Amino acid sequence: MSLQSPLGKVRGLGTAGTGVHHWWVQRLTALALVPLAVWLLVSLLALPALDFVTLVSWVGGTWTASLLTLFVLTASWHSSLGVQVILEDYVHDQGLKTTSLVLSGFVHAVLAVLGVFAILRIAFGSPL
Amino acid sequence: MRTRPLSPHWTIYRMSRYSMLTSFANRAAGLVMSAGLLVFIYWLISLARGVRAYSHAQQLLASGVAKLFYVAVIAAFSYHLAAGIRHLIWDTGRGLEKAQSQRSAWLVVIAAILLALLCGWWAFRAREAGG
Repeated sequence: MSLQSPLGKVRGLGTAGTGVHHWWVQRLTALALVPLAVWLLVSLLALPALDFVTLVSWVGGTWTASLLTLFVLTASWHSSLGVQVILEDYVHDQGLKTTSLVLSGFVHAVLAVLGVFAILRIAFGSPL
Repeated sequence: MRTRPLSPHWTIYRMSRYSMLTSFANRAAGLVMSAGLLVFIYWLISLARGVRAYSHAQQLLASGVAKLFYVAVIAAFSYHLAAGIRHLIWDTGRGLEKAQSQRSAWLVVIAAILLALLCGWWAFRAREAGG
């Protein structure tokens, strides 16, 4: 029988398998972004023109609006995770690090919401 | 409190010139595209706000600086896509040998250049035709 206390046994072992969560979500979003980003790029390049009417009817299509929403959410999430890692690695001042991490998280959340809202507004109501 | 063990940090790895450069470039490319996302969302919002807001945004987004930025985004996208796929393959445990990873580093650079050129050519041709 060990005399080590239960606390002593678990100290330093880390949390129960959640340590890889950041890594895993970054990979999942990366995997999803491969087809989504390629689709977006090809669709944009294939558009006949970039005028208002063409774009509104493109964004408002059922498939486009859905895929665009997926893209905006996934890209914001992936970008948020990526920027987080960069800030953690290169900003050394603790206060500045925390501030920039919070700020980056907020900015990415706002971007995601704004993007989805814009897509839905175009899809559901004519902004003309 | 005892210092807790960290996940393997970059100081643990012996970075070769290749892995150092490709890793740094992948992060830089990611950052460029984060900025690209910002512009993309701005573009979507202006589109949602109507004709006038969009024509205002269009002027801004057609400036010389903006065009330079699109070139950067296309280059970043091409590189990040190729390098990202390399990372996803690494995550399955394949291609981690030194010789393999050096070869794939070159492969990534070549694929990225080809992809960027293809996108650039397509974009140029599309703008020529459609305006």
